[in-house]
Amino acid sequence: MRLAFDEVTAVLDGREIVRRLSLEVPSGQVVGLVGPNGSGKSTAVRCVYRALRPTTGTIWLGRTDLASMSRKDSARSVAALTQHNGLDLDFTVEEVVALGRAPHHTGNQRLGARERALCHTAMERLDVAHLATRGVLSLSGGERQRVLIARALAQEPQVLVLDEPTNHLDIRHQAGLLVLLRDLGLTVLVVLHDLNLAAATCDRLGVLSEGRLVASGTPHEVLTEALVREVFGTTVTIVHHRGVPQLLHSLPERGSLR
Amino acid sequence: MAGGVRIAGLVVALAVSVLLAIGLGAATVAPADTARYLWAAVTGGEIAAGEVTSYQIVWQIRAPRVVLAAVVGGGLAAVGVAVQALVRNALADPFILGVSSGASVGAVGVSVLGVWGALGIYAVSAGAFLGALAASVLVHLAARSRAGTTPLRLVLTGVAMAFGFQALLSVLIYLVPDAEATSAVLYWTMGSFGAATWGVLPVVALTVLIGLVVLRRLSRPLDVLSLGDETAASLGVDAAGLRGRLFVLTSLVTGAMVAVSGAIGFVGLVVPHVVRIVTGAGHRRVLVVAPLVGGVLMVWVDLVSRTLVAPRELPLGAITALVGVPVFIVLLRRRAYLFGGR
Ligand SMILES: Nc1ncnc2c1ncn2[C@@H]1O[C@H](COP(=O)(O)OP(=O)(O)OP(=O)(O)O)[C@@H](O)[C@H]1O
Ligand SMILES: [Mg+2]
Repeated sequence: MRLAFDEVTAVLDGREIVRRLSLEVPSGQVVGLVGPNGSGKSTAVRCVYRALRPTTGTIWLGRTDLASMSRKDSARSVAALTQHNGLDLDFTVEEVVALGRAPHHTGNQRLGARERALCHTAMERLDVAHLATRGVLSLSGGERQRVLIARALAQEPQVLVLDEPTNHLDIRHQAGLLVLLRDLGLTVLVVLHDLNLAAATCDRLGVLSEGRLVASGTPHEVLTEALVREVFGTTVTIVHHRGVPQLLHSLPERGSLR
Repeated sequence: MAGGVRIAGLVVALAVSVLLAIGLGAATVAPADTARYLWAAVTGGEIAAGEVTSYQIVWQIRAPRVVLAAVVGGGLAAVGVAVQALVRNALADPFILGVSSGASVGAVGVSVLGVWGALGIYAVSAGAFLGALAASVLVHLAARSRAGTTPLRLVLTGVAMAFGFQALLSVLIYLVPDAEATSAVLYWTMGSFGAATWGVLPVVALTVLIGLVVLRRLSRPLDVLSLGDETAASLGVDAAGLRGRLFVLTSLVTGAMVAVSGAIGFVGLVVPHVVRIVTGAGHRRVLVVAPLVGGVLMVWVDLVSRTLVAPRELPLGAITALVGVPVFIVLLRRRAYLFGGR
Protein backbone atom coordinates (compact mmCIF):
# COMPACT_ATOMS: atom_id res chain seq x y z
CA MET A 1 0.00 0.00 0.00
CA ARG A 2 1.52 3.31 -1.02
CA LEU A 3 1.78 6.33 1.24
CA ALA A 4 1.95 9.81 -0.21
CA PHE A 5 2.15 13.36 1.11
CA ASP A 6 0.46 15.77 -1.24
CA GLU A 7 1.21 19.45 -0.59
CA VAL A 8 0.98 18.87 3.17
CA THR A 9 1.35 21.89 5.42
CA ALA A 10 1.30 21.66 9.20
CA VAL A 11 1.00 24.75 11.38
CA LEU A 12 1.83 24.66 15.06
CA ASP A 13 1.50 27.70 17.29
CA GLY A 14 1.00 29.89 14.23
CA ARG A 15 4.24 28.72 12.61
CA GLU A 16 4.44 26.63 9.44
CA ILE A 17 6.49 23.67 10.59
CA VAL A 18 5.96 21.56 7.48
CA ARG A 19 5.56 23.49 4.24
CA ARG A 20 3.84 22.07 1.21
CA LEU A 21 5.51 18.69 1.54
CA SER A 22 4.99 16.27 -1.33
CA LEU A 23 6.69 12.91 -0.97
CA GLU A 24 5.76 9.43 -2.08
CA VAL A 25 6.57 6.14 -0.42
CA PRO A 26 5.83 3.52 -3.09
CA SER A 27 4.29 0.27 -1.97
CA GLY A 28 6.83 -2.06 -0.38
CA GLN A 29 9.67 0.45 -0.42
CA VAL A 30 11.68 1.93 2.41
CA VAL A 31 11.92 5.71 2.30
CA GLY A 32 14.15 7.57 4.73
CA LEU A 33 13.31 11.07 5.93
CA VAL A 34 16.41 12.96 6.98
CA GLY A 35 17.18 16.53 7.96
CA PRO A 36 18.61 18.66 10.74
CA ASN A 37 17.07 18.94 14.20
CA GLY A 38 13.87 20.94 14.11
CA SER A 39 13.43 20.59 10.35
CA GLY A 40 9.94 19.14 10.77
CA LYS A 41 10.52 15.39 10.33
CA SER A 42 8.59 14.34 13.40
CA THR A 43 5.84 16.82 12.64
CA ALA A 44 5.47 15.36 9.16
CA VAL A 45 5.25 11.76 10.33
CA ARG A 46 2.91 12.67 13.21
CA CYS A 47 0.40 13.58 10.52
CA VAL A 48 0.61 10.02 9.20
CA TYR A 49 -0.15 8.32 12.49
CA ARG A 50 -2.96 10.76 13.27
CA ALA A 51 -1.40 12.54 16.23
CA LEU A 52 -1.66 15.73 14.20
CA ARG A 53 -4.01 16.89 11.49
CA PRO A 54 -2.36 18.63 8.52
CA THR A 55 -3.51 22.23 8.19
CA THR A 56 -3.78 21.89 4.43
CA GLY A 57 -2.93 19.19 1.94
CA THR A 58 -3.70 15.50 1.80
CA ILE A 59 -2.05 12.33 2.94
CA TRP A 60 -2.95 9.39 0.73
CA LEU A 61 -3.05 5.84 1.95
CA GLY A 62 -3.38 3.79 -1.19
CA ARG A 63 -6.17 5.65 -2.92
CA THR A 64 -7.86 6.81 0.27
CA ASP A 65 -7.54 10.23 1.84
CA LEU A 66 -6.33 9.54 5.37
CA ALA A 67 -8.52 12.34 6.76
CA SER A 68 -11.61 10.51 5.55
CA MET A 69 -10.77 7.39 7.57
CA SER A 70 -11.58 6.85 11.24
CA ARG A 71 -8.56 6.72 13.52
CA LYS A 72 -9.19 3.11 14.20
CA ASP A 73 -9.43 2.23 10.51
CA SER A 74 -6.15 3.89 9.70
CA ALA A 75 -4.52 2.27 12.74
CA ARG A 76 -5.31 -1.11 11.18
CA SER A 77 -3.10 -0.22 8.22
CA VAL A 78 -0.55 2.19 9.69
CA ALA A 79 1.61 1.42 12.72
CA ALA A 80 4.08 3.85 14.25
CA LEU A 81 6.98 4.22 16.58
CA THR A 82 6.91 7.71 18.07
CA GLN A 83 9.99 9.75 18.90
CA HIS A 84 9.01 10.35 22.52
CA ASN A 85 7.60 7.51 24.53
CA GLY A 86 6.19 7.99 27.97
CA LEU A 87 5.14 4.70 29.48
CA ASP A 88 3.74 5.03 32.95
CA LEU A 89 2.33 1.71 34.02
CA ASP A 90 4.57 -1.27 34.51
CA PHE A 91 3.09 -3.58 31.89
CA THR A 92 5.03 -6.69 30.98
CA VAL A 93 6.77 -6.79 27.62
CA GLU A 94 4.24 -9.24 26.21
CA GLU A 95 1.34 -7.08 27.39
CA VAL A 96 2.77 -4.04 25.62
CA VAL A 97 3.34 -5.99 22.42
CA ALA A 98 -0.21 -7.36 22.63
CA LEU A 99 -1.54 -3.78 22.74
CA GLY A 100 -0.52 -3.62 19.10
CA ARG A 101 -3.67 -5.64 18.48
CA ALA A 102 -5.87 -2.92 19.99
CA PRO A 103 -7.08 -1.42 16.68
CA HIS A 104 -8.25 -4.85 15.54
CA HIS A 105 -10.59 -5.28 18.49
CA THR A 106 -13.64 -3.69 19.92
CA GLY A 107 -14.23 -4.14 23.61
CA ASN A 108 -12.26 -6.54 25.74
CA GLN A 109 -11.97 -9.76 23.75
CA ARG A 110 -8.84 -11.74 24.46
CA LEU A 111 -6.30 -12.33 21.73
CA GLY A 112 -6.83 -15.38 19.55
CA ALA A 113 -4.18 -18.06 18.95
CA ARG A 114 -3.14 -16.51 15.63
CA GLU A 115 -2.72 -13.12 17.27
CA ARG A 116 -0.64 -14.53 20.09
CA ALA A 117 1.61 -16.24 17.56
CA LEU A 118 1.87 -12.95 15.70
CA CYS A 119 2.99 -11.15 18.86
CA HIS A 120 5.51 -13.87 19.54
CA THR A 121 6.97 -13.62 16.06
CA ALA A 122 7.22 -9.84 16.44
CA MET A 123 9.08 -10.26 19.73
CA GLU A 124 11.46 -12.77 18.20
CA ARG A 125 12.17 -10.52 15.25
CA LEU A 126 13.15 -7.70 17.58
CA ASP A 127 15.10 -10.04 19.86
CA VAL A 128 12.93 -9.35 22.92
CA ALA A 129 11.19 -12.73 23.29
CA HIS A 130 13.45 -13.58 26.23
CA LEU A 131 12.13 -10.46 28.01
CA ALA A 132 8.46 -11.40 27.56
CA THR A 133 7.50 -11.44 31.23
CA ARG A 134 9.71 -8.55 32.32
CA GLY A 135 8.18 -5.21 33.32
CA VAL A 136 8.80 -2.59 30.64
CA LEU A 137 9.76 0.15 33.08
CA SER A 138 12.83 -1.76 34.21
CA LEU A 139 14.19 -2.39 30.71
CA SER A 140 17.23 -0.64 29.29
CA GLY A 141 16.67 2.11 26.74
CA GLY A 142 17.45 -0.07 23.75
CA GLU A 143 15.43 -3.02 25.03
CA ARG A 144 12.44 -0.77 25.52
CA GLN A 145 12.82 0.70 22.05
CA ARG A 146 12.83 -2.81 20.54
CA VAL A 147 9.72 -3.74 22.52
CA LEU A 148 7.91 -0.73 21.10
CA ILE A 149 8.92 -1.64 17.57
CA ALA A 150 7.72 -5.20 18.18
CA ARG A 151 4.41 -3.70 19.29
CA ALA A 152 4.17 -1.81 16.01
CA LEU A 153 4.81 -5.04 14.06
CA ALA A 154 2.18 -6.89 16.09
CA GLN A 155 -0.27 -4.32 14.73
CA GLU A 156 0.11 -6.15 11.40
CA PRO A 157 0.35 -2.93 9.43
CA GLN A 158 0.82 -2.43 5.73
CA VAL A 159 2.53 0.87 6.34
CA LEU A 160 5.13 1.38 9.05
CA VAL A 161 6.17 4.83 10.24
CA LEU A 162 9.20 4.99 12.50
CA ASP A 163 10.60 8.12 14.12
CA GLU A 164 14.28 7.55 14.90
CA PRO A 165 13.92 3.82 15.58
CA THR A 166 17.67 3.33 15.99
CA ASN A 167 17.77 5.58 19.08
CA HIS A 168 19.38 3.71 21.98
CA LEU A 169 20.12 0.65 19.83
CA ASP A 170 23.61 -0.88 19.71
CA ILE A 171 25.16 -1.25 16.26
CA ARG A 172 24.14 -4.89 15.87
CA HIS A 173 20.52 -4.09 16.59
CA GLN A 174 20.64 -0.95 14.42
CA ALA A 175 21.82 -2.95 11.44
CA GLY A 176 19.46 -5.81 12.31
CA LEU A 177 16.49 -3.48 12.45
CA LEU A 178 17.19 -1.85 9.12
CA VAL A 179 17.73 -5.19 7.42
CA LEU A 180 14.42 -6.29 8.90
CA LEU A 181 12.67 -3.17 7.60
CA ARG A 182 14.08 -3.82 4.14
CA ASP A 183 13.02 -7.46 4.14
CA LEU A 184 9.55 -7.20 5.69
CA GLY A 185 8.06 -6.05 2.40
CA LEU A 186 6.05 -3.33 4.14
CA THR A 187 5.79 0.26 3.02
CA VAL A 188 8.15 2.02 5.41
CA LEU A 189 8.71 5.69 6.17
CA VAL A 190 11.60 6.05 8.59
CA VAL A 191 13.14 9.13 10.15
CA LEU A 192 16.86 8.64 10.59
CA HIS A 193 19.80 10.75 11.69
CA ASP A 194 22.44 8.22 10.72
CA LEU A 195 22.91 9.04 7.05
CA ASN A 196 25.22 6.06 6.53
CA LEU A 197 22.59 3.60 7.73
CA ALA A 198 19.97 5.47 5.73
CA ALA A 199 22.07 5.26 2.58
CA ALA A 200 22.74 1.57 3.09
CA THR A 201 19.14 0.51 3.61
CA CYS A 202 16.66 3.00 2.17
CA ASP A 203 15.39 2.75 -1.38
CA ARG A 204 14.90 6.48 -1.45
CA LEU A 205 15.62 9.46 0.78
CA GLY A 206 13.78 12.72 1.34
CA VAL A 207 15.68 15.62 2.84
CA LEU A 208 13.79 18.18 4.91
CA SER A 209 15.14 21.57 5.78
CA GLU A 210 13.07 24.18 7.62
CA GLY A 211 9.94 22.26 6.80
CA ARG A 212 10.58 22.03 3.06
CA LEU A 213 11.61 19.05 1.01
CA VAL A 214 14.93 20.17 -0.47
CA ALA A 215 15.98 16.92 -2.13
CA SER A 216 14.62 13.49 -2.82
CA GLY A 217 15.74 10.45 -4.76
CA THR A 218 17.99 7.45 -4.34
CA PRO A 219 20.72 7.75 -1.70
CA HIS A 220 23.17 8.00 -4.55
CA GLU A 221 21.40 11.01 -6.04
CA VAL A 222 20.71 12.76 -2.77
CA LEU A 223 23.77 12.34 -0.62
CA THR A 224 26.38 14.69 -2.01
CA GLU A 225 29.04 16.66 -0.20
CA ALA A 226 27.38 19.88 -1.37
CA LEU A 227 23.96 18.91 -0.02
CA VAL A 228 25.31 17.86 3.36
CA ARG A 229 27.22 21.14 3.63
CA GLU A 230 24.22 23.20 2.62
CA VAL A 231 21.52 21.43 4.63
CA PHE A 232 23.40 20.20 7.68
CA GLY A 233 26.12 22.86 7.72
CA THR A 234 28.96 20.43 8.18
CA THR A 235 31.77 19.21 5.95
CA VAL A 236 32.02 15.55 5.05
CA THR A 237 33.83 13.42 2.52
CA ILE A 238 31.69 10.93 0.66
CA VAL A 239 33.12 7.58 -0.28
CA HIS A 240 31.44 4.67 -1.96
CA HIS A 241 31.38 1.37 -0.16
CA ARG A 242 29.90 -1.52 -2.14
CA GLY A 243 28.12 1.00 -4.32
CA VAL A 244 26.55 2.89 -1.41
CA PRO A 245 27.51 6.47 -0.51
CA GLN A 246 28.96 6.67 2.99
CA LEU A 247 29.98 9.78 4.90
CA LEU A 248 33.32 10.34 6.53
CA HIS A 249 33.50 13.27 8.91
CA SER A 250 36.06 15.92 8.22
CA LEU A 251 36.26 17.60 11.61
CA PRO A 252 38.19 20.87 11.98
CA GLU A 253 41.66 20.73 13.56
CA ARG A 254 41.82 20.32 17.33
CA GLY A 255 41.77 23.69 19.08
CA SER A 256 39.99 25.51 16.28
CA LEU A 257 37.23 26.74 18.65
CA ARG A 258 39.69 28.57 20.85
CA MET B 1 -6.21 -19.96 36.38
CA ALA B 2 -4.76 -17.90 39.22
CA GLY B 3 -6.78 -14.83 38.19
CA GLY B 4 -10.14 -16.63 38.34
CA VAL B 5 -9.40 -18.18 41.71
CA ARG B 6 -8.33 -14.82 43.07
CA ILE B 7 -11.53 -13.17 41.90
CA ALA B 8 -13.73 -15.97 43.25
CA GLY B 9 -11.89 -15.72 46.57
CA LEU B 10 -12.51 -12.00 46.72
CA VAL B 11 -16.20 -12.39 45.94
CA VAL B 12 -16.53 -14.89 48.79
CA ALA B 13 -14.52 -12.60 51.07
CA LEU B 14 -16.83 -9.72 50.24
CA ALA B 15 -19.99 -11.76 50.93
CA VAL B 16 -18.62 -13.08 54.23
CA SER B 17 -17.42 -9.62 55.26
CA VAL B 18 -20.82 -8.11 54.58
CA LEU B 19 -22.59 -10.86 56.55
CA LEU B 20 -20.22 -10.61 59.53
CA ALA B 21 -20.25 -6.82 59.57
CA ILE B 22 -24.04 -6.73 59.58
CA GLY B 23 -24.05 -9.00 62.64
CA LEU B 24 -21.39 -7.10 64.58
CA GLY B 25 -21.93 -3.96 66.59
CA ALA B 26 -23.41 -2.80 69.88
CA ALA B 27 -25.90 -5.68 69.72
CA THR B 28 -24.18 -8.72 68.23
CA VAL B 29 -26.20 -11.03 66.01
CA ALA B 30 -24.87 -14.47 65.05
CA PRO B 31 -24.03 -14.84 61.33
CA ALA B 32 -26.65 -17.59 60.95
CA ASP B 33 -29.35 -15.34 62.41
CA THR B 34 -28.16 -12.43 60.29
CA ALA B 35 -28.49 -14.58 57.20
CA ARG B 36 -31.95 -15.72 58.29
CA TYR B 37 -33.17 -12.15 58.90
CA LEU B 38 -31.80 -10.98 55.56
CA TRP B 39 -33.47 -13.91 53.84
CA ALA B 40 -36.74 -13.15 55.60
CA ALA B 41 -36.52 -9.48 54.60
CA VAL B 42 -35.82 -10.28 50.98
CA THR B 43 -38.37 -13.06 50.59
CA GLY B 44 -41.00 -11.60 52.92
CA GLY B 45 -40.67 -14.48 55.39
CA GLU B 46 -41.76 -14.53 59.03
CA ILE B 47 -39.80 -13.57 62.15
CA ALA B 48 -40.63 -14.60 65.73
CA ALA B 49 -42.04 -11.77 67.88
CA GLY B 50 -39.06 -11.83 70.26
CA GLU B 51 -36.65 -11.23 67.41
CA VAL B 52 -38.20 -8.09 65.99
CA THR B 53 -35.69 -5.73 67.60
CA SER B 54 -32.68 -7.68 66.33
CA TYR B 55 -34.34 -7.97 62.94
CA GLN B 56 -34.85 -4.24 62.76
CA ILE B 57 -31.27 -3.52 63.76
CA VAL B 58 -30.03 -5.91 61.10
CA TRP B 59 -32.36 -4.94 58.28
CA GLN B 60 -33.14 -1.28 58.85
CA ILE B 61 -29.91 0.03 60.31
CA ARG B 62 -26.94 -2.17 59.61
CA ALA B 63 -27.65 -3.81 56.26
CA PRO B 64 -28.00 -0.60 54.23
CA ARG B 65 -24.96 0.84 55.95
CA VAL B 66 -22.74 -2.16 55.27
CA VAL B 67 -23.93 -2.50 51.69
CA LEU B 68 -23.30 1.20 51.14
CA ALA B 69 -19.79 0.76 52.53
CA ALA B 70 -19.14 -2.07 50.07
CA VAL B 71 -20.53 -0.06 47.15
CA VAL B 72 -18.61 3.11 47.95
CA GLY B 73 -15.39 1.22 48.70
CA GLY B 74 -15.62 -0.55 45.36
CA GLY B 75 -16.54 2.63 43.54
CA LEU B 76 -13.70 4.65 45.03
CA ALA B 77 -11.15 1.99 44.12
CA ALA B 78 -12.38 1.76 40.52
CA VAL B 79 -12.61 5.51 40.05
CA GLY B 80 -9.11 5.81 41.53
CA VAL B 81 -7.81 3.46 38.83
CA ALA B 82 -9.57 5.47 36.14
CA VAL B 83 -8.44 8.87 37.38
CA GLN B 84 -4.83 7.71 37.67
CA ALA B 85 -5.00 6.61 34.04
CA LEU B 86 -6.84 9.78 33.02
CA VAL B 87 -4.29 12.21 34.43
CA ARG B 88 -1.36 9.80 34.13
CA ASN B 89 -0.30 10.50 37.66
CA ALA B 90 0.45 8.07 40.46
CA LEU B 91 -0.63 10.56 43.11
CA ALA B 92 -4.10 11.03 41.67
CA ASP B 93 -7.20 9.88 43.53
CA PRO B 94 -10.93 10.34 42.84
CA PHE B 95 -10.85 13.72 44.56
CA ILE B 96 -7.88 15.25 42.76
CA LEU B 97 -10.08 17.07 40.29
CA GLY B 98 -11.79 19.11 43.00
CA VAL B 99 -14.88 16.94 43.36
CA SER B 100 -14.77 16.45 47.12
CA SER B 101 -14.21 20.07 48.08
CA GLY B 102 -16.92 21.13 45.64
CA ALA B 103 -19.27 18.65 47.29
CA SER B 104 -18.43 19.98 50.74
CA VAL B 105 -19.20 23.53 49.65
CA GLY B 106 -22.50 22.37 48.13
CA ALA B 107 -23.53 20.37 51.19
CA VAL B 108 -22.54 22.96 53.74
CA GLY B 109 -24.03 25.72 51.63
CA VAL B 110 -27.36 23.91 51.60
CA SER B 111 -27.38 23.20 55.34
CA VAL B 112 -26.27 26.71 56.25
CA LEU B 113 -28.55 28.58 53.92
CA GLY B 114 -31.42 26.16 54.44
CA VAL B 115 -32.47 26.17 50.81
CA TRP B 116 -34.41 23.36 49.18
CA GLY B 117 -36.43 22.58 52.27
CA ALA B 118 -38.85 20.71 50.04
CA LEU B 119 -36.24 18.01 49.36
CA GLY B 120 -36.13 17.21 53.07
CA ILE B 121 -33.37 14.85 54.11
CA TYR B 122 -32.11 14.57 50.56
CA ALA B 123 -31.41 18.31 50.26
CA VAL B 124 -27.89 18.07 51.64
CA SER B 125 -27.01 15.12 49.41
CA ALA B 126 -28.42 16.95 46.42
CA GLY B 127 -26.35 20.00 47.37
CA ALA B 128 -23.23 17.86 47.66
CA PHE B 129 -23.85 16.21 44.29
CA LEU B 130 -24.45 19.53 42.54
CA GLY B 131 -21.41 21.02 44.25
CA ALA B 132 -19.32 18.10 43.01
CA LEU B 133 -20.55 18.48 39.45
CA ALA B 134 -20.12 22.25 39.49
CA ALA B 135 -16.54 21.79 40.67
CA SER B 136 -15.83 19.28 37.87
CA VAL B 137 -17.26 21.56 35.22
CA LEU B 138 -15.25 24.50 36.54
CA VAL B 139 -12.04 22.49 36.59
CA HIS B 140 -12.68 21.22 33.09
CA LEU B 141 -13.40 24.69 31.69
CA ALA B 142 -10.41 26.21 33.43
CA ALA B 143 -8.03 23.47 32.27
CA ARG B 144 -9.20 23.49 28.67
CA SER B 145 -7.16 25.20 25.99
CA ARG B 146 -6.76 25.24 22.24
CA ALA B 147 -4.13 22.52 22.40
CA GLY B 148 -6.53 20.25 24.29
CA THR B 149 -6.50 19.33 27.95
CA THR B 150 -3.16 17.98 29.05
CA PRO B 151 -3.12 15.63 32.03
CA LEU B 152 -0.77 17.79 34.03
CA ARG B 153 -2.81 20.93 33.50
CA LEU B 154 -5.90 19.05 34.62
CA VAL B 155 -4.23 17.95 37.86
CA LEU B 156 -2.81 21.38 38.61
CA THR B 157 -6.14 23.06 37.94
CA GLY B 158 -7.95 20.52 40.11
CA VAL B 159 -5.56 21.02 43.00
CA ALA B 160 -5.73 24.80 42.71
CA MET B 161 -9.55 24.73 42.56
CA ALA B 162 -9.64 22.50 45.64
CA PHE B 163 -7.76 25.18 47.54
CA GLY B 164 -10.30 27.74 46.34
CA PHE B 165 -13.21 25.62 47.53
CA GLN B 166 -11.53 25.01 50.89
CA ALA B 167 -11.21 28.75 51.29
CA LEU B 168 -14.86 29.21 50.41
CA LEU B 169 -15.72 26.60 53.01
CA SER B 170 -13.70 28.38 55.68
CA VAL B 171 -15.46 31.63 54.86
CA LEU B 172 -18.87 29.93 55.09
CA ILE B 173 -18.06 28.45 58.49
CA TYR B 174 -16.61 31.72 59.71
CA LEU B 175 -19.67 33.72 58.68
CA VAL B 176 -22.16 31.20 60.06
CA PRO B 177 -20.50 29.91 63.20
CA ASP B 178 -23.05 27.34 64.26
CA ALA B 179 -22.28 23.84 65.38
CA GLU B 180 -24.37 22.29 62.64
CA ALA B 181 -22.29 23.77 59.86
CA THR B 182 -19.05 22.70 61.51
CA SER B 183 -20.19 19.12 61.97
CA ALA B 184 -21.47 19.05 58.39
CA VAL B 185 -18.02 20.07 57.19
CA LEU B 186 -16.38 17.39 59.29
CA TYR B 187 -18.83 14.83 57.97
CA TRP B 188 -18.11 15.74 54.38
CA THR B 189 -14.37 15.99 54.62
CA MET B 190 -13.78 12.83 56.66
CA GLY B 191 -16.65 10.69 55.44
CA SER B 192 -19.21 8.50 57.22
CA PHE B 193 -21.85 5.94 56.36
CA GLY B 194 -23.99 7.08 59.30
CA ALA B 195 -26.71 8.43 57.01
CA ALA B 196 -27.19 5.17 55.06
CA THR B 197 -30.79 4.08 54.48
CA TRP B 198 -32.40 1.80 51.93
CA GLY B 199 -33.77 5.01 50.41
CA VAL B 200 -30.41 6.49 49.39
CA LEU B 201 -28.79 3.22 48.36
CA PRO B 202 -30.32 2.47 44.93
CA VAL B 203 -29.19 5.69 43.22
CA VAL B 204 -25.59 5.47 44.32
CA ALA B 205 -25.40 1.69 43.84
CA LEU B 206 -26.75 1.95 40.32
CA THR B 207 -24.39 4.82 39.46
CA VAL B 208 -21.38 2.92 40.76
CA LEU B 209 -22.45 -0.25 38.97
CA ILE B 210 -22.89 1.52 35.64
CA GLY B 211 -19.56 3.24 36.20
CA LEU B 212 -17.87 -0.11 36.82
CA VAL B 213 -19.35 -1.71 33.73
CA VAL B 214 -18.42 1.20 31.47
CA LEU B 215 -14.90 1.42 32.86
CA ARG B 216 -14.34 -2.29 32.47
CA ARG B 217 -15.41 -2.06 28.85
CA LEU B 218 -12.80 0.66 28.40
CA SER B 219 -9.99 -1.57 29.74
CA ARG B 220 -8.08 -1.80 26.50
CA PRO B 221 -8.28 1.91 25.64
CA LEU B 222 -7.13 2.63 29.21
CA ASP B 223 -4.15 0.34 28.67
CA VAL B 224 -3.38 2.11 25.41
CA LEU B 225 -3.68 5.54 27.04
CA SER B 226 -0.84 4.65 29.40
CA LEU B 227 1.48 4.35 26.39
CA GLY B 228 1.13 8.10 25.90
CA ASP B 229 -1.13 10.22 23.71
CA GLU B 230 1.04 9.96 20.59
CA THR B 231 1.23 6.18 20.63
CA ALA B 232 -2.44 6.02 21.54
CA ALA B 233 -3.23 7.98 18.37
CA SER B 234 -1.21 5.49 16.32
CA LEU B 235 -3.28 2.68 17.89
CA GLY B 236 -6.55 4.33 16.93
CA VAL B 237 -7.41 5.77 20.34
CA ASP B 238 -8.37 9.43 20.51
CA ALA B 239 -6.72 10.31 23.82
CA ALA B 240 -8.42 13.69 24.19
CA GLY B 241 -11.86 12.24 23.52
CA LEU B 242 -11.29 9.31 25.87
CA ARG B 243 -10.07 11.71 28.55
CA GLY B 244 -13.23 13.78 28.16
CA ARG B 245 -15.47 10.74 28.55
CA LEU B 246 -13.50 9.48 31.54
CA PHE B 247 -13.71 12.90 33.11
CA VAL B 248 -17.49 12.98 32.86
CA LEU B 249 -17.86 9.40 34.05
CA THR B 250 -15.54 9.67 37.05
CA SER B 251 -17.07 13.02 38.08
CA LEU B 252 -20.60 11.61 38.07
CA VAL B 253 -19.69 8.47 39.99
CA THR B 254 -17.54 10.32 42.51
CA GLY B 255 -20.23 12.97 42.93
CA ALA B 256 -22.87 10.34 43.64
CA MET B 257 -20.64 8.67 46.23
CA VAL B 258 -19.55 11.85 47.96
CA ALA B 259 -23.16 12.97 48.19
CA VAL B 260 -24.07 10.05 50.46
CA SER B 261 -20.85 9.29 52.30
CA GLY B 262 -18.62 12.34 52.16
CA ALA B 263 -15.07 12.22 50.87
CA ILE B 264 -13.35 9.13 52.20
CA GLY B 265 -9.70 9.54 51.42
CA PHE B 266 -6.90 7.09 50.75
CA VAL B 267 -8.90 4.13 49.37
CA GLY B 268 -9.03 5.56 45.86
CA LEU B 269 -5.33 6.40 45.98
CA VAL B 270 -3.85 3.28 47.48
CA VAL B 271 -6.08 0.36 46.50
CA PRO B 272 -5.26 0.79 42.78
CA HIS B 273 -1.54 0.68 43.53
CA VAL B 274 -1.80 -2.30 45.87
CA VAL B 275 -3.85 -4.20 43.30
CA ARG B 276 -1.43 -3.39 40.46
CA ILE B 277 1.46 -4.66 42.58
CA VAL B 278 -0.28 -8.01 42.83
CA THR B 279 -2.08 -8.39 39.50
CA GLY B 280 0.07 -6.35 37.13
CA ALA B 281 -1.00 -3.21 35.30
CA GLY B 282 -3.59 -4.53 32.80
CA HIS B 283 -6.89 -2.72 33.39
CA ARG B 284 -8.92 -5.76 32.46
CA ARG B 285 -7.84 -7.43 35.69
CA VAL B 286 -7.29 -4.34 37.81
CA LEU B 287 -10.81 -3.09 37.18
CA VAL B 288 -12.30 -6.30 38.56
CA VAL B 289 -9.97 -6.89 41.47
CA ALA B 290 -9.70 -3.29 42.71
CA PRO B 291 -13.46 -2.79 43.31
CA LEU B 292 -13.67 -6.07 45.21
CA VAL B 293 -10.67 -5.19 47.37
CA GLY B 294 -12.02 -1.69 47.93
CA GLY B 295 -15.42 -3.11 48.93
CA VAL B 296 -13.99 -5.59 51.43
CA LEU B 297 -11.65 -2.99 52.88
CA MET B 298 -14.38 -0.42 53.34
CA VAL B 299 -16.77 -2.84 55.05
CA TRP B 300 -14.14 -3.58 57.69
CA VAL B 301 -13.08 0.03 58.02
CA ASP B 302 -16.68 1.04 58.65
CA LEU B 303 -17.03 -1.74 61.24
CA VAL B 304 -13.97 -0.47 63.10
CA SER B 305 -15.26 3.07 62.84
CA ARG B 306 -18.55 2.30 64.54
CA THR B 307 -17.38 -0.28 67.11
CA LEU B 308 -13.93 0.78 68.32
CA VAL B 309 -15.07 3.66 70.54
CA ALA B 310 -18.83 3.01 70.42
CA PRO B 311 -21.22 4.72 70.71
CA ARG B 312 -19.06 7.39 69.09
CA GLU B 313 -17.85 6.93 65.54
CA LEU B 314 -14.34 7.45 64.28
CA PRO B 315 -13.94 9.28 60.96
CA LEU B 316 -13.55 6.77 58.13
CA GLY B 317 -10.76 8.72 56.45
CA ALA B 318 -8.64 8.40 59.59
CA ILE B 319 -9.04 4.61 59.72
CA THR B 320 -8.44 4.00 56.02
CA ALA B 321 -5.17 5.88 56.38
CA LEU B 322 -4.12 4.20 59.63
CA VAL B 323 -4.76 0.73 58.19
CA GLY B 324 -3.69 1.46 54.63
CA VAL B 325 -0.39 3.25 55.14
CA PRO B 326 1.50 0.34 56.74
CA VAL B 327 0.11 -2.21 54.30
CA PHE B 328 1.01 0.01 51.37
CA ILE B 329 4.53 0.70 52.59
CA VAL B 330 5.22 -2.99 53.23
CA LEU B 331 4.01 -3.94 49.74
CA LEU B 332 5.97 -1.13 48.11
CA ARG B 333 9.14 -2.28 49.81
CA ARG B 334 8.67 -5.96 49.10
CA ARG B 335 8.08 -5.73 45.37
CA ALA B 336 9.75 -3.58 42.81
CA TYR B 337 6.80 -1.41 41.86
CA LEU B 338 7.28 1.17 39.16
CA PHE B 339 4.81 3.81 38.07
CA GLY B 340 6.12 6.36 35.60
CA GLY B 341 9.78 5.41 35.85
CA ARG B 342 12.47 4.19 38.16
N1 LIG C 1 3.63 21.77 19.53
C1 LIG C 1 4.52 22.62 18.99
N2 LIG C 1 4.32 23.94 19.07
C2 LIG C 1 5.19 24.80 18.51
N3 LIG C 1 6.28 24.44 17.85
C3 LIG C 1 6.53 23.13 17.73
C4 LIG C 1 5.67 22.16 18.28
N4 LIG C 1 6.18 20.95 18.01
C5 LIG C 1 7.30 21.16 17.33
N5 LIG C 1 7.53 22.46 17.15
C6 LIG C 1 8.66 23.07 16.42
O1 LIG C 1 8.62 22.58 15.11
C7 LIG C 1 9.90 22.39 14.61
C8 LIG C 1 10.02 21.01 14.00
O2 LIG C 1 9.87 20.06 15.04
P1 LIG C 1 10.01 18.51 14.77
O3 LIG C 1 9.83 17.82 16.06
O4 LIG C 1 9.12 18.14 13.64
O5 LIG C 1 11.53 18.43 14.31
P2 LIG C 1 12.38 17.18 13.87
O6 LIG C 1 12.79 17.39 12.48
O7 LIG C 1 11.69 15.92 14.21
O8 LIG C 1 13.65 17.36 14.81
P3 LIG C 1 14.55 16.30 15.61
O9 LIG C 1 15.56 15.80 14.66
O10 LIG C 1 15.21 17.14 16.67
O11 LIG C 1 13.66 15.26 16.15
C9 LIG C 1 10.86 22.66 15.76
O12 LIG C 1 11.41 23.93 15.59
C10 LIG C 1 9.98 22.61 16.98
O13 LIG C 1 10.46 23.50 17.94
MG1 LIG D 1 11.95 14.47 15.58
